[in-house]
Amino acid sequence: MTKAQVTLKVNGVLRDVWVSPSDLLLDVLHDGLGLGEVRYGCGEGVCGTCTILLDGEPVSACLTLAVQAEGHDVTTLSALLGEDDSLHPLQQAFLRLGGSQCGFCTPGVILTAHSLIRRERAPSREQIRYELVGNLCRCTGYTKILDSIEAYIAGLGAEHADPAGTAGPGTGDHRLGEPGTDGPGTDGPGTDGPGTDGPGTDGPGTDGPGTDAAGPGADADGEAP
Amino acid sequence: MTTPPVTAPPEAPATPVTAMRVVGQRVSHHDFVEKVKGSLLYAADWQLPGMLYGRLVRSLVPSARIVSIDTSQARALRGVAAVLTGADIPRNTLVERASGGLGEMPVAMPILAGERVRYVGEPIAVVAATTQQIADEAAELVAVEYEELPGLYDMEAALEPGAPLVHDEGNLLVSWHIARGDCDAAMAGADVVVEGKYRTQHVEHAYLEPEAGVGWMDNDVVTVRASTQVIEHAAEIAEILDLPANKVRVIAAYMGGGFGGKEDMTVEPFIALLVWKTRRPVRMIWDRQESMLASTKRHPFIMRYRTGASREGKIIAQDIDILGDAGAYPYLSARILFAGAALACGPYQVPNVSVRARPVFTNNVPTSAFRGFGAMQVTLGYESQMDQVADALGMDRAELRRRNFLAKGDVIPTGETLDTAVAVDETLRRALGALGDRSEPSAAGRLIGRGFACNMQPYGRTIWFRDRAAVWLTLQADGSLLIRSGVTDLGAGQAASLCQIASEILGVPLGDISVYIGDTALNPPAGGTFATRQLYMSGNAVLNAAHDLRASIDPVAADLLGCPVGDLRYEDGLVRAGGSADAGGSADAGGSAHAGGSAEARGLSLAELARACDAQAVETSCLSTWRAESGIFDPAKGQGASFPDYTYGTHAAEVEVDPETGEVAVLRYVASHDVGRSINPMRVEGQIQGGAMQGLGYALTEEIVFEDGLTASSLFSSYFIPTSMDMPDIEVEIVESGEGKGPLNARGIGEPPVGPAAPAIANAIADAIGCRPTRLPMTAERVLALLDQKQGFSGPAPQ
Repeated sequence: MTKAQVTLKVNGVLRDVWVSPSDLLLDVLHDGLGLGEVRYGCGEGVCGTCTILLDGEPVSACLTLAVQAEGHDVTTLSALLGEDDSLHPLQQAFLRLGGSQCGFCTPGVILTAHSLIRRERAPSREQIRYELVGNLCRCTGYTKILDSIEAYIAGLGAEHADPAGTAGPGTGDHRLGEPGTDGPGTDGPGTDGPGTDGPGTDGPGTDGPGTDAAGPGADADGEAP
Repeated sequence: MTTPPVTAPPEAPATPVTAMRVVGQRVSHHDFVEKVKGSLLYAADWQLPGMLYGRLVRSLVPSARIVSIDTSQARALRGVAAVLTGADIPRNTLVERASGGLGEMPVAMPILAGERVRYVGEPIAVVAATTQQIADEAAELVAVEYEELPGLYDMEAALEPGAPLVHDEGNLLVSWHIARGDCDAAMAGADVVVEGKYRTQHVEHAYLEPEAGVGWMDNDVVTVRASTQVIEHAAEIAEILDLPANKVRVIAAYMGGGFGGKEDMTVEPFIALLVWKTRRPVRMIWDRQESMLASTKRHPFIMRYRTGASREGKIIAQDIDILGDAGAYPYLSARILFAGAALACGPYQVPNVSVRARPVFTNNVPTSAFRGFGAMQVTLGYESQMDQVADALGMDRAELRRRNFLAKGDVIPTGETLDTAVAVDETLRRALGALGDRSEPSAAGRLIGRGFACNMQPYGRTIWFRDRAAVWLTLQADGSLLIRSGVTDLGAGQAASLCQIASEILGVPLGDISVYIGDTALNPPAGGTFATRQLYMSGNAVLNAAHDLRASIDPVAADLLGCPVGDLRYEDGLVRAGGSADAGGSADAGGSAHAGGSAEARGLSLAELARACDAQAVETSCLSTWRAESGIFDPAKGQGASFPDYTYGTHAAEVEVDPETGEVAVLRYVASHDVGRSINPMRVEGQIQGGAMQGLGYALTEEIVFEDGLTASSLFSSYFIPTSMDMPDIEVEIVESGEGKGPLNARGIGEPPVGPAAPAIANAIADAIGCRPTRLPMTAERVLALLDQKQGFSGPAPQ
């Protein structure tokens, strides 16, 4: 099997990896670079446990070939931690409010939420629900996940209201940038996540999440909404 | 019918639970920190030098004789290290005696099928290779020749004469009977008799973490680190490999969910076999699609209920027949159907009972443990019946239940007397109260309905297993604490709860406690995490061990502080003399002891105490075993000991049905349970919310459909667990009765919240549309079919 060296920019650091054309970004990140937080959950782009940010947008690493990531910024949950391993305020909110149970879905959930908040600043609970439809959780029933994200957003509001800006976001967020600062995709009222069509029309019993996820051939559209 | 009114008692009973320093606080510590960082290493996250990758070869047909297995092409592939079949396993058979031999047929299960396959996905061979791709390719190259045999796919057909035999021994694994009073006579004398037939479905656990593990040889010991609820399977692995029990070690990683699906062995025997044969590290991860295809499922039940009641609204008889699809092998079916039988009447006084429960073999994928373990399927039966009895009597649905609720001191169908509080009435009051005012339909023609359901779910193993759990506590010289326990952690905070209990008694701040779990070589056995047993078992073990440790070190502390032992207070990393602790003291969620130092505090740090103990040769370590109550069950009489105790609850829901499409939207959902005492309210809420959500998926969307033994789809995208969009927030009402058999009067809460959702939704749909769903899941198609059946349906259902 022919392997070629490619250079990936992962969490702001250039990494040289030897990959086959068929190697998934998921496997290269998890097994090759030892980023355990990028987790295999389904291989179909449905569950969201392998969510990473590609140029700031959430995608499923299981539907992305490693070679496709060359020349793009790959961000995993590690990037949220401060240099002293301190928790990002969004992570603190999950910790404080029990937004995690078994923890397997947590990195994907936090990255998706982070990306949404950068885009929308103060999304409503319904907007958060909509955005998280591609991140399945089997433990929490979602209530505490939504509570955690809302608490973080509320903290941001307090932060902006208080020019002194004591605690709050930003500590350790050097690699991802501030929510509300200039990031990719600040436009739009968040009707559509990256990917294909919207999930919101169907109630329980009809359509599952992400049945029409884009295949590995698509670029950043691997993330099923 | 009208909306069930809230005829609450005049006031809520005062909570008998006194505040504590650490227990009862909403603290997040070690496991949560690692999880929000993403740094927790799950089973698939370990790699070792020279590691091989495993892949199973699984049966493509549901029922066949294996004519031949040709592994030559697979072996010839470059990079393949091993291709093993049943012939390579020293003892290729396991006999599960799930009920401890109380009458079930002993049926052998091969690790790798040799001459016969009985379900699609049954393991036949296993491959190890230098990359996952090569292993996958090699597995494809193993050529299996089948001679197909007649298959059996319908559990009702399993007991008919001439049905194909799944096992030569027969298709009936066990027939349980529970009998009390004179059911026939009581039924004949009942003022109303309600009959119902209910059907539940195959359900997938759908933990986000698929089955996975890594194994290696260490000091001539076969070592497997896997995602498992039960490290005690090490003994079975040793049997299979014909090794002494002390030559197999199983380590449980923190799990990405288990829900019962990792209670039986999954990857472990195959990893162990490959490691033992190749002497190299091996990793095996089941693909999601493989897991969907072949992992155990929740039992489908067919339940027939006849319920007799007096016109005063007393249930006087229950005649119940339960059939469960065990699939191709026994696994834990015998015990699951026992639990179904024992709990089939729900939290109600029923003087005359006849229950029969039978798991039967089919050529479907085996079913086994899944949160609720037989006692959750029957909630659809008994709670659908209760609503119908109330309707038949023209009685308020809540009032009917209140007239029949069990109470402490009552006798249940097994003949046992309940010896702790039954606060189900309070959970009903709280759930209905929190549901608030009835919503208006969102559009003309839509129908609003409300329903609720009460349940009881055991916590702790069936009593006849004489359950026990051990723990080893060590106060170290620096005042920090080690907890060593064989407990496995599914993600529900099993390990963290132990820390809170130890901290409460020993005063060690949570940040100064390390807990080592899930290792057969290094931790005392805790007996696996299932049956909602670990808080009850290991929680009590830690509580007792902490008291034992106090008994050892208290005299030293009392001597140093110059006070009687009874005056010692352990808190915030210090031992203080004098009086009772100030009520409502702060929780120490982390950090080290603050050096108070002032004379009036007279504080002794735990480090100073540990060193003083060491100097006086006083033990600061304690290994302690806690034993649950024991008893026996007589299967012939259908009477005897069953479960140690129960957790009770009520869920209430409001739904909106669109009669044009049959779609059901859940608008409001409240879940209330009595947990005796809440060790960590945040985690208790999380268990209840997550359990209710699983119950809602089970109620409305989830089903693994089998067509002639083959899953209609093994794609995750076509199995609909609830997403963030599908269901409302789960509102939680925690009741603390102050009574329970767990530590500090707690009750288990792992399984109980999954049960009431389906009947609560069924009752709400029935309330909305005026006819009753009896089959799960209650999909739009099925609800629409119900509406079609209903003659002359037009517009809102009669109130």
